[in-house]
Amino acid sequence: MLWYCLLCVIYLDDIKYQNPNIGINSVFTLTLKFFLLISANNPFLGDLYDRSLELAKLLEKQKKEGVTLLPFNEILYCNVGNPHLCGQKPLTFFRQVVALTEYPELLNSPNAESMFPRDVVSRSCRLLSAIVHTGAYSSTTGVKGILQNIANFIEKRDGHPSDPSTIFITDGATQSVRSILHFLISGRDDGIMTPVPQYPLYTISIKLNGGTEVFYYLNEESNWSLEITELERAYQDSVAKGVTPRALVIINPGNPTGQILDESNMKEIVLFCHKKSMILIADEVYQGSIFTDERPFISFKKVVCDLGEQVSGIELVSVHSISKGPIGECGKRGGYMELHGFSKSVIDEMVKLASFSMCPNVIGQVLIDLMVCPPVEGDESYPTYKVERDATMNSLRDHAKLLVDTLNSLEGVTCNQPMGSLYAMPRLRLPPAAIAEAKSLGREPDEHYCLQLLEEKGILVTSGNAFGQREGTYHFRSTFLPPMEKVCKGLKEFHENFMLKYK
Amino acid sequence: MTILNHVIATWRNPNCDFCNNSNRLFVSKIQFNCKFLILFILMNPIFFSFSNYLIMLFLLVYYISRTLTCNTYLGRSTKLLSTLGNIKPNTQTTIPLNTNNILNTKMDNQDISTPYTKSLTLDNMCPTVKTAQYAVRGELVIRAENIAHLLEKQKKEGTKLLPFNEIVYCNIGNPQQLKQQPISFFRQVLALCECPELLNSAHVDKVFPADAIARARELMASIGNTGAYSGSQGVASVLKSVAAFIESRDGHAADPSNIFLTDGASVAVQRMLRLLIRDRSDGIMIPIPQYPLYSATIELYGGSQLGYYLNEESGWGLEASELERSYNDAVSKGITPRALVIINPGNPTGQTLDAANMREIVAFCHRKRIVLLADEVYQENVYVKETKPFVSFKKVVMDMGKEVEGLELVSFHSVSKGFVGECGKRGGYMELHGITNEVKAEIYKLASIGLCPNVTGQIVVDLMVRPPVAGEQSYDTYVKERDTIFDSLKRRANLLAAALNGLEGVTCNQPEGAMYAFPQIRLPARAIEEAKANGKAPDAYYCIQLLEATGICVVPGSGFGQKDGTYHFRTTFLPSEQAIQGVCTRIADFHKNFMAKYK
Repeated sequence: MLWYCLLCVIYLDDIKYQNPNIGINSVFTLTLKFFLLISANNPFLGDLYDRSLELAKLLEKQKKEGVTLLPFNEILYCNVGNPHLCGQKPLTFFRQVVALTEYPELLNSPNAESMFPRDVVSRSCRLLSAIVHTGAYSSTTGVKGILQNIANFIEKRDGHPSDPSTIFITDGATQSVRSILHFLISGRDDGIMTPVPQYPLYTISIKLNGGTEVFYYLNEESNWSLEITELERAYQDSVAKGVTPRALVIINPGNPTGQILDESNMKEIVLFCHKKSMILIADEVYQGSIFTDERPFISFKKVVCDLGEQVSGIELVSVHSISKGPIGECGKRGGYMELHGFSKSVIDEMVKLASFSMCPNVIGQVLIDLMVCPPVEGDESYPTYKVERDATMNSLRDHAKLLVDTLNSLEGVTCNQPMGSLYAMPRLRLPPAAIAEAKSLGREPDEHYCLQLLEEKGILVTSGNAFGQREGTYHFRSTFLPPMEKVCKGLKEFHENFMLKYK
Repeated sequence: MTILNHVIATWRNPNCDFCNNSNRLFVSKIQFNCKFLILFILMNPIFFSFSNYLIMLFLLVYYISRTLTCNTYLGRSTKLLSTLGNIKPNTQTTIPLNTNNILNTKMDNQDISTPYTKSLTLDNMCPTVKTAQYAVRGELVIRAENIAHLLEKQKKEGTKLLPFNEIVYCNIGNPQQLKQQPISFFRQVLALCECPELLNSAHVDKVFPADAIARARELMASIGNTGAYSGSQGVASVLKSVAAFIESRDGHAADPSNIFLTDGASVAVQRMLRLLIRDRSDGIMIPIPQYPLYSATIELYGGSQLGYYLNEESGWGLEASELERSYNDAVSKGITPRALVIINPGNPTGQTLDAANMREIVAFCHRKRIVLLADEVYQENVYVKETKPFVSFKKVVMDMGKEVEGLELVSFHSVSKGFVGECGKRGGYMELHGITNEVKAEIYKLASIGLCPNVTGQIVVDLMVRPPVAGEQSYDTYVKERDTIFDSLKRRANLLAAALNGLEGVTCNQPEGAMYAFPQIRLPARAIEEAKANGKAPDAYYCIQLLEATGICVVPGSGFGQKDGTYHFRTTFLPSEQAIQGVCTRIADFHKNFMAKYK
C-alpha cells in the first residue's frame, strides 16, 4: 500500500514537472496550498496588535471608573499609515464634491450656492454625467470618463501617452496587487522578488496564492538603496533552487524604508527586468508624499518609455492609491493600476477576474478622479486646496524631521532620513541582556522592545521582523502621523529606561 | 548520498543545451526523487517483498534514463529556456556586429535572434483564472458594449446603423442604472457624513431633515472619519446595528463579533469559498441553475462544483432527495462535499423556500456535517409575502435548536438589492453561526489583508438595517419611496412573466422573489443546429440575436447551468414601468420572427 502511495506521489509530481500549467496541480502542491493558507501571517495583527486591543479596553475602563490602571491615557497608533485617524483633515474640495454626487438634490436647493463653491458644483455635474448614479454598478474596470482622466494624468506626469483601456480601478491599491499576484502565480515554482524590508502585503499574498517569495535586501548603510548586484544574487539563488522569478516588486518611495530611487538606478532595474523577461510591479502609492526637494519622484512608466526600443515589450504594472499623500482617504478604498506592455489576451483575462467582484466602489472612483484632476489655479476652490495640501505636507515634513532627530539622538539607534512615504524605520542595537530575555520568552528581540514600549507608554509601532530584516539586526517602523511631540517624548523616556534596565 | 549527487550531476547529457545551461530545477528534482528511491531500496530487503524491490529498481532506472534524455523537455517552454540562457552569460557568445540594427542595443545576453518573449501569457498564467467563467459579464455584455459604441456613433452622425436607439441592460440586477431612485434619507445622511462641514453651515436645517442630521452626527461620532481605515471586520457600531437588525428579524440573539462587513456580498462569498476549498477533492454543492459567482469562484480556487438540480416543474422547488443524490454522486467520485450553497430567494430562478423545506435542508447539512452557505441578498425582494414570507436560515437553525446543534451556517446580505439598490457602494455583510473561534480568527486574517471594507459602504449597511422609524421626520418619505419601488417591482414581475408566457414555446415560472425571470425556451431544431454549426450554445445564439435585433441584453441559461437539452435565459424586470412594456413587446416581436425564421 505504502509503495503505491509513493508511486502515486512521484508520478503526479512528474506530471506536474512536465506540464506545470495544467489545472490540477499535484497532490503535493495542493495540500501545501492549504497549509500555506493557514501559515500566511499578517504581521499587522499578531501579539502587538492584540495587546493594544486589550489595552484599549482597559483604558476605556480606566476612563469610566476614574481609577489608574495604566501609566498612560491614550494609545498612540503609529503602526498603520492611517492619516485621517491621526487627525489629518480631509481636503474640503474633495469632500464637497463627494457630498454633492451622493445627494444631487442639493443642487436644487435655493441655499446650494451659499453652501458650495462654483467649481464644486460644476465638477459634481460633470462627474454625475459620466457616472450616471453612484448607486449603480459601473463597468468592471471603472467609469469610462474617470479612466480617461487617469490616463491624462499619467500622460501629463510622464510625458508619454497612456491608454485608458489598460487601466483598472480597484478597491484600494491592495486589490490591484492581489489580483496581479493571483494572476502570476500557478505554484511553488513561481517566484516573486520582493524587497526586504517590505510592506507585508506582498509576502502574505504570495503565500496565499501558493508561490515562493524571493527576497532581495535593501542596503541600510547607503540609505536603503537598491543594488543591481543584489537583485542578480537573489535571482540566481532562486533559479538554483528551482524557482523561476516571474516578477520584481519595487516599492518607490519605499515602505517601510522611505527612500526614493534615482533615475539611473531605475534604468538599471528596468533593464534587469527586461533581460530576465520578468514583470516589473511598481508600487508607487507614496508618489504624493515626498518631503525632499533634491530627488523628485519619477515613475517607472516614464523610465520605461524613455528607454524606448531598448526595453521594448517589457511588462510593467504601476499601482497608485488615494489612501496616502495629502489626500489620505484610506477608508474610501480607491486605487488603480496601469498595465503597460501586456498582451491583449492577458488584459481580457484580467477584466474577467475583476468582474467576479462586479466593480470597484464608485465613491472610491470619484475620489480617484479628484486626485488626478485637483483644482487648478484660477478655480474658486484652488486657494483653500493649496493651503490644506501644503499644511499637511509641511506638518508631515516637520514631524518626520522631529522623529528622525529624536531617534538618532538615542543610544544605539540609527535612522535614515525618509525622503518619502509616511514611515521611519530605525535600527536598534539592543543590549545582549535584552536579546537573551526576549529569546527566553520566545519572542523576537525587536518585538520584545515594541511590546514594552506599548505597555509603558501606549505607543504602538510595528516591529521590524514583520517587514523582514537582515539576520541579527533589529528595527521597528513608526509612522510620523499622530501628535509627534508626545510620541517622541515617550520614546525617549522609554528608550533610556530600557537601555539602563538591560545594561 | 553525496557520491550519488555527484554521479547524477555528471551524468548529464553533454549534447543537451538544457543540461549544460545548468537546469538545476530538473536535476535537483531528479536527485531528490532518486535519493528517496535509494533509501527505500536499501530498506527494502528488511521490510518488503522482492516484487516491490523490482518496482523501485525500475523507477530508479526510469529516472536516470530521463536525465539522460532530457532533450525531450526542450519544448516545455521557450520562456524557461530563455531564462536559463541568461544564467550563464558566457554561453552566449555570438553577437552580430551590425550596429545599425536596433535590436543590438538590447542588453548583452538577451537572445537577439528572437523577439522579446512576454513574461505573462495565457499559457503561463494561473490556470484556474483562465478556466473560471462569469456569464453575467461574459461574451454578451462585451458585445453589448461594442454595440453601445455604434449607437454613440449613430447618435453623433445621425445615420441609422441599428434598428434601436439604446441598449437595455437586463443582464445584471443593477437597479439604479435602470432609473430606480435611491432612498433620499440614505443619500442625505451620506452627503452629511462625507462633508461634515455641512453640519455647521447656517442653512443645514433648511436643506436636510432633522433626523438625517441627527443620524449623521451619530454616525460621525462612532466612525470618526469616513477617510480613515476602520477595523478589518467593520466599524464596531455598524456591527452592532447589524446584530440588532438580525435579532429583531429572527427573534434570536446575534453577536456582533460574528459579523463581517465586506465590499459587497460577493467578497464575503469569495472569502468563505477560499477558506473551504483545499483542492479538487473538496466539493461545494451549488444549485443548478445558480448565480455564476459560485461556479466561477469555486473554479478560481481549484475546488469541484457539485450541482444539484432545482425542479422547474414545481416552480424551481428544492427537493431533499436531489440533495442526497448529488451528495452521494460526489462521494462516489472521491470528492468530499464541504458546503451547500442555497440562494433564497433564488437567483436566477426567483423562488422562495418555505420553512418546512428549509428545515429539511438544515437537517441534511447537519447530518452530513457540511457548512450551509445561505445567500439571502434578495430577502427584501419577496413578492408573495402573504403566502410565503421570507424566513432566514438563521431563524430556522435557531428554531430547530438542539436538533441541529453545532451546525455551521454563514448568511450573506447586501445593500445592492431590494429597494436600497446601492450596488455601486459595495456594501455587504456575512454572519457566521457555529463557526469555531480558530476559524473565525483565520477569516479575520484574510479580511485584514484588504485592510477594511470601504467605509461609505459600511454606512449604507448601517442605514439599511436601521431605516427611519415611525415618528421621525423622514419616515413618511421613506415609506413612500420604499413602497413605490416595491409595488412597482411586483407589477413589473407579473407583467414580464405574463408576456413571456404568452410566447410560443416559452414557459416562465412566476417569480416569487429576487429581480429576475428565467423562462424556458423551446427552440426549433433548425435553430439548435445552426447554433451548433456556429459553435455557440443554442440559448446563447438566441440571446445574441435578441441583442442585435432589439438592443436588449439578457444572459443565456447556459451561464447559470440548466438541465441538458433545455434552454433558458435570464432577464431582470428592472426597466422602469414606462420602459418594461416596450421591452416586452420588443421581445415578443423578436421571438415571433425568430420562430418563423427557423420553422
